[in-house]
Parts: sequence; C-alpha cells; structure tokens
Amino acid sequence: MKNVLCAVAGAAALLISAPSIAQTTLTVATVNNGDMIRMQGLTNEFTAKNPDITVKWVTLEENVLRQRVTTDIATKGGQFDVLTIGTYEVPIWAKKNWLVPLDKLGADYDVNDLLPRIRDAVSVDGKLYAAPFYGESSMVMYRTDLFEKAGLKMPEKPTWDFVIDAAKKLTDKSAGVYGICLRGKAGWGENMAFLTAMANSYGARWFDEKWEPQFNSPEWKKTLSTYVDLMKQAGPPGASSNGFNENLALFNAGKCAMWIDATVAASFVTNPKDSRVADQVGFALAPNTGLGKNANWLWAWNLAIPAGSKKVEAAEKFIAWATSKDYTKLVASKEGWANVPPGTRTSLYQNPDYLKVAPFAMLTLQSIDAADPNKPTVKQVPYVGVQYAAIPEFQGIGTQVGQQFSAALSGSTSVDAALAAAQSSTEREMKRAGYIK
Amino acid sequence: MARMVTTQRKVISTVAAWLAGFLIFFPILWMVLASFKTELEAFAIPPSFLFFHWTLENYITVQERSDYVHHAVNSIIIAGGSTLIAMLIAIPAAWSMAFSPTRRTKDTLLWMLSTKMMPPVGVLVPIYLIYRNFGLLDTRAGLIFILCLGNLPIVIWMLFTYFKEIPKDILEAARMDGATIGRELVYVLTPMAVPGLASTLLLNLILAWNEAFWTLNLSTLEAAPLTVFIASYSSPEGLFWAKLSAASTLAIAPILVLGWFSQRQLVRGLTFGAVK
Repeated sequence: MKNVLCAVAGAAALLISAPSIAQTTLTVATVNNGDMIRMQGLTNEFTAKNPDITVKWVTLEENVLRQRVTTDIATKGGQFDVLTIGTYEVPIWAKKNWLVPLDKLGADYDVNDLLPRIRDAVSVDGKLYAAPFYGESSMVMYRTDLFEKAGLKMPEKPTWDFVIDAAKKLTDKSAGVYGICLRGKAGWGENMAFLTAMANSYGARWFDEKWEPQFNSPEWKKTLSTYVDLMKQAGPPGASSNGFNENLALFNAGKCAMWIDATVAASFVTNPKDSRVADQVGFALAPNTGLGKNANWLWAWNLAIPAGSKKVEAAEKFIAWATSKDYTKLVASKEGWANVPPGTRTSLYQNPDYLKVAPFAMLTLQSIDAADPNKPTVKQVPYVGVQYAAIPEFQGIGTQVGQQFSAALSGSTSVDAALAAAQSSTEREMKRAGYIK
Repeated sequence: MARMVTTQRKVISTVAAWLAGFLIFFPILWMVLASFKTELEAFAIPPSFLFFHWTLENYITVQERSDYVHHAVNSIIIAGGSTLIAMLIAIPAAWSMAFSPTRRTKDTLLWMLSTKMMPPVGVLVPIYLIYRNFGLLDTRAGLIFILCLGNLPIVIWMLFTYFKEIPKDILEAARMDGATIGRELVYVLTPMAVPGLASTLLLNLILAWNEAFWTLNLSTLEAAPLTVFIASYSSPEGLFWAKLSAASTLAIAPILVLGWFSQRQLVRGLTFGAVK
C-alpha cells in the first residue's frame, strides 16, 4: 500500500513539474464540401507541427452556416476563431471591420501566387481579408458520345446560338435525354447565380451607375426569354426545382446532354464512383454572345478571422497552413493530385502532375480568368461581384427576383410579368436601403 | 350476408389503414434504405427499391467523421431536461386555469399561444445578445431554457384541455376528505390524467428532440445536439445523400424507438376526451 502511495505521489510530482504547454483551441466553422472534409481529415498534420494548438470543427450546411456565422460576427458572439466564408461576404464584412486583415501569413505563404481574380475578390483596397481555400467558376459540361452521335462538335468557346441549337437537336424526350440542364430553383445562390452570369453575357446588368435596377432593359428580357424558351424545349421536366445537386444527379445518370454549372462539378462527373457517364464528358467555356463576356461566374470559399478574436496568432498559423502550397502537396501525397483544392494558386496550373489527372484544369483556369468581379458585364456597374452584387441587401433582393424567375420557368407567370415584378421589388428594396430616392 | 359485409368492410378498412400508414411512413423508410446504398445508387434514376448492393459504408464514414454519442447525449439531456422543466411549470399552471378559471383565463391562454405566432428568427439577434452576455451560448442549460420556453405554451394548452375533461366533483370529494392542494394534485389529478400527461410529455419530447432552429443557432460544439450532427452532412454542392440518410437514421433512431414503445399512451392521450 505504501509503495502504491509513493508511486502515485511520484507520478503526480512528475506531472506537476513537467513543462506545461498552454493549449489554444481553435474553433473552425466550415461547410460540408469534399475539400473541407478532406482538410478536417488532415488536421493531425497541422497539430503535429503545432502541438500547442487544438483544432475543433463545426461543419454545417452552407445556408445554415451563413446564418450562424453572420449572427455570431454581427453580435461579436466570439463562438468561432476561423470562419469559412464566400467571396460575397468578404468585401461586405471587411468594410464593416468585422475581419482581421491577413497580412501576417508568413514569408513562405507566397501571396503573389494566388490567382489574380480570386485575390481581387477577397481583397479590399489591396489588403487581403480572407485566404482562398478553393475557387471555382462555371463552364459547360457535355456528353461527348451524344455529340458524336448527333454529328455535332463543341467549340472551345461556344456561343449561345450554338448551345441553344445543339440542345434542341440533342433532346430525345422519349429516351429521357434532355438537351440542357440548368438551375431553376429559386435563390440568390441558386438560379440567380446562373441567370446573372448568363445576363452578363447578354450585356445586362443588375444596376446602372446610379444604382437604378435594370430589369426593364431589353438585355434582361432577351436573357430571361431565351432561358425560359430553351428550358421549355430542351430542359428536363420540373426544372424550376433543380439546383446544383439535382442537376448533378441528372447529369450523372445520363439524362443531360449539356450542363452549365460550377467547375467543381468536373471532378464529380468524371469520377466513375459517382457517375455513370464518367468517361464521356467533355468541357467547354461558358457560352457568350460575342459581346466579350462569357456566362460564367466566380466564387471561392475562403478562411477568415473574425475581428476581436483573442486567438489571432494561432488562427493565422492555421490559415497559412491550410491555404499554402505545402498543403496542396500534402493532399497530393495522401489522396492524389486529383483531390487537391483547385482554383486558388497559379503554381497548381503549372504543375504537370496536376494537369495530367485533371483534364478540365486549363478550362477552369481560363473560366476564372474570364470572370472579372470588378467589371462583370459589358456596361459599367457600381457593384463588385460577377453573379451577385456585393451589398448586404443582395441576398434578400436576389432571392425575391429568383422566385419571380423560377415562376416564369415553371409557367405560373410570364416572362414580362416576372421582369416587371423583379423591377418593382428591387426598386422598393433599394429605395428602402437608401441607394436611390 | 350481414357477416359477409362486415368481413369485407374489415378487410377494406384494414387495407386502407395499412396503406395510409405505409404512405406516411414511406419517406422514413426511403431514408433508411438510402442509408444502406452507395452514393451512386442513392440517386439512381429509376431508383432501386430493395435490390441494390447493401452496404454499411455510410455508417462507418459517419462514425469516423463525427462523434455521434456526444451529440446523442446532448440531445437526450436537452430534450429530456426541457420537457421535465416544462411539465413542472405547466402542470400547476394548467391545473389552476382548468379548475379555478378567472375572467382573464381565456385571454391568458391566448396570450401564451401568441408567443408561438412569431417566427423565431425574428428574435434571434436579441436572444443571441442576451445569451452572449450571460455566457449561455453553446451551453446545455441555455438550450434547455430556450426549448422549455418555446414548448411551454403548447404543453399548457394540451394539459389544460385534458384537465378540463376531469369532473370537478372528484376533486371536491378529495377536498371534502381533507386533501391539501399538493395531495390533490399528486394523488387525485395526476393518476386520472396519466394518458394526457404521458402524451403531452411524449409530444413535447419529440418537439424538443426535433427542434432545429435554436439548437442550430445557439450551439457550437459542446452543447451541439443531433440536429447539428445532421446539418453537418447536408450539402448544396455535392451528392452525399446516402451519408446524410445514414446520419438522419442515426439521429431519429432513439426517438423512434421511444415512440414505438409508448404508442399506446400516445394514441390514448391524443384521443382522450374525443368521445364524450
């Protein structure tokens, strides 16, 4: 008994005298996307190098996360140390001084390696406020076998006329194959992301230089009527409730000849584990009308630190690790080059190992380069953002307009009525917010 | 002849009941089936009903990626705690309103219910600020408190209607025998209202278990219940339906089992007073 007591006392003494490392616990809020889940799996690699930091994850669905994180940052709740936010939030939150500027990410971070468009999207007045984790644009994904059968050849830079014509020719409703699948589900990040990008290619814009809504312009009318006609003739039934996931499921099941959506889908549709048509997919730039703008968007998921955080130093270390070139190499060594987070760094697109396994890589890069958040459309605009206007009111306005356009697609309202309703609701909101009188 | 008709009717009503039951249960069944499919089969068009490659892969992934037990324990504590506290407050409240009504009782009841008429998101920011200042964010106590408050009006209303069905004379008889208010509540009222109490308790437990606004918005890690667990598997960009189904199946399993065992009380309670 005495021996046991001695041993316990000895062990306790050892424990007390051992140098204790002050632990910093980082709570990271993120979305449930493949690349983020992979990052969670690799957290041990970071904590092994930084034994004084523990990382805890809060993974949420995108819309839930947006609401959760916005509430917390607006009330300075302090629940999170690292936030995953989109390019839409970064400029708005940075201007409100809600984010810590990321100018201390270390000498080997190589900020100049970031793709210029993406870097622009997450900077305000030349200062980086969030570090891009992965970036995406949109492009055309099409079935090479169906195109070949119909004797069609997809150009690298297709026009809308070609896409519309091909979609009609490739539609075979009796076989359950539709010429084109596009987003129809209402939401600023759903159908409006696609339709705003499409409108840019037709020369339309959300607001003129004086923030006057422009849904009464001929360009918007052309965009919406083309979209509705095309989907009626060559789209799948029930398209007004299709978002990214629904279209992905349709495309992977072989029901769509073409699909215009996020470049990140390329790795899903070419993966034989997910897709029945994995080896019959080709890629092309998003369509244009010859006005100099393609119908593609620009988006990135980024890591940022909320202002007022007491763990800025540890958070900076984590962000520098997760968005570095070394992280890309780490993912490649563990899971292969096909699984590295795309769309943020120039060096990735110069890496032959990556280019070998990602046939869509150069198109992704070209699409990202073609989308300019500072000059999204043909005419001048007062806002920043390609498929959105980076103002706090846009989420509400965009979703309202999205509902009108989704109704036009389902046929419960006409194109003209939807545009008129969009114009009046946007005018009302912009007046209320004080942009126009 | 008459007998024939009865049998036929019985068969028809039985078939109709089973059909209705099956239709209502179908989404849950579909979710359970999807949880055993591969991601490719989960969205196959046309869908395969039973003849697919059954796999436990999704359950293994879900177990690896998140701490189910931690979330489940939180759910049990939060749903159970909020239900018990709500019952403790609601029984005396409903008792007083049912047996000693005043001129204002009806208004009080309606006023209580009116708190349920506003969408919770309308008070999210003030509640969030109060919780931040009192250090209640991401605590089980905080969630128990808000769920208890949220369900209290429904619990009081339900108990009030059950209590009203109990004849006053019985309580008077107890009083004549010298029962105090406490004894009257515990020995006379409660046993008579057991079906009503049980169904209120169960319904409240189910409501608290499934509550997905406050639990998502006021918890982060430590107090996160199963709703947060499910939300971490839903994704607008990527088809993870099989994994989401596996997570959802795990999340509803405890409450489903509880509901199964207590369905007799539930049905009795819900139809209590229906036939007068």
